[in-house]
Amino acid sequence: MSKPIDRRDFLKLAGLGGVVFASGLPGVTLGAGQDDFYFVQLSDAHWGFEGPPNPDAKGTLKKAVAAVNSLERQPDFIMFTGDLTHTTDNPVERRKRLSEFKEIVKDLKVKTVRYMPGEHDASLDNGKAFQEFFGATHYTFDHKGVHFIVLDNVSDPRASIGDEQLGWLAADLKQQKNDAPIVVFTHRPLFDLYPQWDWATKDGAKAVDMLMPYKNVTVFYGHIHQEHHHMTGHIAHHAAKGLMFPLPEAGKAPTRAPLPWDPAQPYKGLGFREVDADTKAADNKITEFPVVKA
Amino acid sequence: MIFGKKTLRIVAAATVVTIGSLGAYVAAQSAEPKEKVIKITAKKFNYIPGEVKLKKGVPVILEFRSQDVLMGFNLPDFNVRADIVPGKATRLRLTPDKTGTFVFLCDIFCGTGHEEMNGKLTVVD
Repeated sequence: MSKPIDRRDFLKLAGLGGVVFASGLPGVTLGAGQDDFYFVQLSDAHWGFEGPPNPDAKGTLKKAVAAVNSLERQPDFIMFTGDLTHTTDNPVERRKRLSEFKEIVKDLKVKTVRYMPGEHDASLDNGKAFQEFFGATHYTFDHKGVHFIVLDNVSDPRASIGDEQLGWLAADLKQQKNDAPIVVFTHRPLFDLYPQWDWATKDGAKAVDMLMPYKNVTVFYGHIHQEHHHMTGHIAHHAAKGLMFPLPEAGKAPTRAPLPWDPAQPYKGLGFREVDADTKAADNKITEFPVVKA
Repeated sequence: MIFGKKTLRIVAAATVVTIGSLGAYVAAQSAEPKEKVIKITAKKFNYIPGEVKLKKGVPVILEFRSQDVLMGFNLPDFNVRADIVPGKATRLRLTPDKTGTFVFLCDIFCGTGHEEMNGKLTVVD
């Protein structure tokens, strides 16, 4: 069996995203001699952003790539859950940013890297530029017995999934067994986390309703630039931190403006999580780690 | 005539949305409003004015016009939203049923400053 990722490796990923083990997912039962696997979720790189909230705006993504590459045991794949780039009204600049982002992440050792758009990438042109560089904005794939579904709730600038994609989701779910381990990736939360800051998906409840009959569903998303864990019934929703700047907790600040950079405590407010589980109980256990090694 | 929540009906050049005192229904009106009309301009990336003060229980008409692109007015605490289409007035009848300060925002991604495009509604007794 492969050497498991250790605490030092986790710390290398401090502030850079989420590490998710298959054994931490409900419904995944590893057979004798079967390797566990894990994937890394990276989110909200906002390539192209410039400003005081991150004096290292040009360097953070490259550091994330280096940190992932330095892991002794490499993840099976990496998932970027949107906002690869920071929005721009200029379509030429948008493509330049997407191109630069793609060039930087090309250095990842792991060659299975999957992408989905955030509203910064896709909402101004319905995902056109994103698709030119990264292909489809919603799709499925299977990996070692886990069914993964990537849902696009950003290409519509109204923050909707849309009936067409919901129909596609329904058709895909029909092919799944009731107890199949299913992981859903989205950019925005599927539930109303805080609509006052647009932290919601207008028709997200329809997707959650479709997923509800399935016993082992976990949702990973980005958008809010911070750890957040929420349950809709038996479905867990986990938000990842961003790679550019943290945002305030919902409603805890007058606006959703990025938190200021603290030179005394760089990367303050960032961190990472480990998701592990008692597979028999199909119950996630979340361990939070501070961003700075004590 | 009573419609479901968030249902809009285009009346001539204006969209009129009525929010009941409980925020529980939306209805359309075609008559000229008797209530005070508060005009709000939406443009990248501001609402002007950005602060609106109302009295609890007193109905008003919020009249929106976009100066550039499609915007979406959203006042989540009253469960109401409406598209603001350039070249048209969007009217929204609101009877606040609670006091406090509430955020309204643009909920259609409209550009680089979209995330800062919000305002404040204050309702007093």
